[in-house]
Amino acid sequence: MAGHIMTAELLQFLVSGLTVGAVYALVALGFTLIYNASDVVNFAQGEFVMLGGMVTVFVHAAGLALPLAAAAAIIVAVAAGLLLHRLAIEPARGASAVTLIIITIGASIFLRGVAQIVFDKRFHQLPAFSGNDPILLGGAAILPQSFWVLGGAVLVFTALFLFLERTLLGKAVLATAANRLAARLVGVDTSFVLALSFGLSAAIGALGGILITPITLTSFDVGTLLALKGFAAAMLGGMGSPLGAVAGGLLLGLLESFAAGTISSAYKDAVAFIVILGVLFAMPQGLFGRRSVERV
Amino acid sequence: MGLGSMFRRGVLALGATAMLALPALAQRSEPIRIGAVLSVTGPASFLGDPEDKTLRLYVNRINQAGGVNGRQIQLIVYDDGGDANRARTFATRLVEDDRVHAMVGGTTTGTTMAMRPVFEEARIPFISLAGGIEIVDPVSPYTFKTPHTDRMACEKIFAELRDRNLTRVALISGTDGFGQSMRTQCLRVAQAMGITVVADEQYGPRDSDMTPQLTRIRNAQGVQAVVNPGFGQGPAIVTRGYAQLGIRLPLYQSHGVASAQFIQLATPAAAEGVRLPAAALLVAEQLPANDPQRQVLIDYKTAFEREFNQPVSTFGGHAYDGLMILVEALKRADSTDGTRLRDAIRQTRGFVGTGGVVNMSATDHMGLDLSAFRMVEIRDGQFRLSGN
Repeated sequence: MAGHIMTAELLQFLVSGLTVGAVYALVALGFTLIYNASDVVNFAQGEFVMLGGMVTVFVHAAGLALPLAAAAAIIVAVAAGLLLHRLAIEPARGASAVTLIIITIGASIFLRGVAQIVFDKRFHQLPAFSGNDPILLGGAAILPQSFWVLGGAVLVFTALFLFLERTLLGKAVLATAANRLAARLVGVDTSFVLALSFGLSAAIGALGGILITPITLTSFDVGTLLALKGFAAAMLGGMGSPLGAVAGGLLLGLLESFAAGTISSAYKDAVAFIVILGVLFAMPQGLFGRRSVERV
Repeated sequence: MGLGSMFRRGVLALGATAMLALPALAQRSEPIRIGAVLSVTGPASFLGDPEDKTLRLYVNRINQAGGVNGRQIQLIVYDDGGDANRARTFATRLVEDDRVHAMVGGTTTGTTMAMRPVFEEARIPFISLAGGIEIVDPVSPYTFKTPHTDRMACEKIFAELRDRNLTRVALISGTDGFGQSMRTQCLRVAQAMGITVVADEQYGPRDSDMTPQLTRIRNAQGVQAVVNPGFGQGPAIVTRGYAQLGIRLPLYQSHGVASAQFIQLATPAAAEGVRLPAAALLVAEQLPANDPQRQVLIDYKTAFEREFNQPVSTFGGHAYDGLMILVEALKRADSTDGTRLRDAIRQTRGFVGTGGVVNMSATDHMGLDLSAFRMVEIRDGQFRLSGN
């Protein structure tokens, strides 16, 4: 009896952690793509998630069907990503990575300000894609939307993997990540690859925002914390490794959920960050990161 | 002579006339200057914006009706954007440059506490519109406040739980300022109210999933009811998680969620049966005809909604109460002297405001009791006034 309750409880924490972790993983993946193409940590990544949720809410409220509203949100986010690259990153080409990172922080504040004016400052919700009735599984109550989030994340991971490994363009992205100068010398348009990375990151972030909004609600400033968590996840997994981003995101979500459920809900964030610090102390390059080798 | 210099001479002449006329005018009907520093923009704008609108609306109305003691009211409003430092700067400006006679508003507890020393030192009565109990406990000689406190919300909930014989309670609180303050007050008054807190969980203000905490509460020994001190979207997610996990215990929310938006965010199905203490304004039309507050509430609601074409909120009501308490005190004191005005505010008895019936004294600078809160229950997506 007690054992049964225990497994139900752990299953509940597991699903909760995986759902939240999947969103962290999507944000971390966005960080990784842009980082690989340019060494820039794009702190406006959270704003793409916000745009995904908010645009869907408002377009849906204006009368468009949910799938169309979601498509519109992804288009808006991609446009924002491309504009961010074209208007803010591209003109500063040649500046140091730190300068570019500060530009993205500015862009993030700007996007939040625009969202505050274009939309509003309130919280908004979306209807769940397939109802709110929880599915009972082994004593745990799971929202159908959790499966949408997890399924969507798996789809993105697979598609991205296939793109990077099986297409010429994907290989060009990988080549740029490996060595920008060498990639340019063999004819890869690295500037295009960078623009592509911004577009892809924005699309992935927006998709995450659309999938999670029925569970977590959204508002103009929802991106700040997600960017922070996604960044922590990317560091934990190893900055620059797509696999690491996914693993780091899921691990961070699970850490938070199990810490809240079994240790102390007041210190769950502290527990998660202590584990991250511990991992980075032992493995400074993260779980799946490339070891930076000093060549003589 | 060019047109420009003619104009200049004209202005000079006008200025000279005005200077001659001013002292005479001032003696007869110098306006009563009321200052306000509100968070009209920024994170607390949903509080400050209706407060600002309410003050302007009612000062206009009072002036059109002939003012107070035959003098017009001049309202001077500054927007602190929710920033305590700016609030303090504006408070100093109100005292030194604008030379206000009294002050209504401080929107948040933070800005109020930052401004309080300025008005205390200048001996100018200061009626705050913020919730924190520390504003008036312990009492500062010139500082008052109109809204009920989170301690009263806890006491209201606990009193009902005791009546229902549900004395073993779980708390799930947000770690934001509102949630933490109310959690502290709940823990402080629990024992005296005969309530045992058997679980004490917390969540971050931007957390997206509270099912781990709720699972712990469900598995805690002997929990009979759950109380959620919180504000913003957190309580909506708690309420959703509560329904998701199928927890059948009574769920109490705080006055922090007393808006139609909460029901919408939590979804009406999940919010069904949730109870909370709320200001009477939320259920004005449902109050019995003999309720002393009913007419005041409906009048305020009608006036506000007609003027601004947006739903009335309790926060604007706090500003109405603050202004009207001050106006009554001005009439009683027939003076704008700070100390005499302060004494007159302390004499407020049986004032019927939107927040409740106010009885101030030298030791009580808020003057509300638990009857200021009404227990409401969410049924079919609507707030319904509950029996008591």
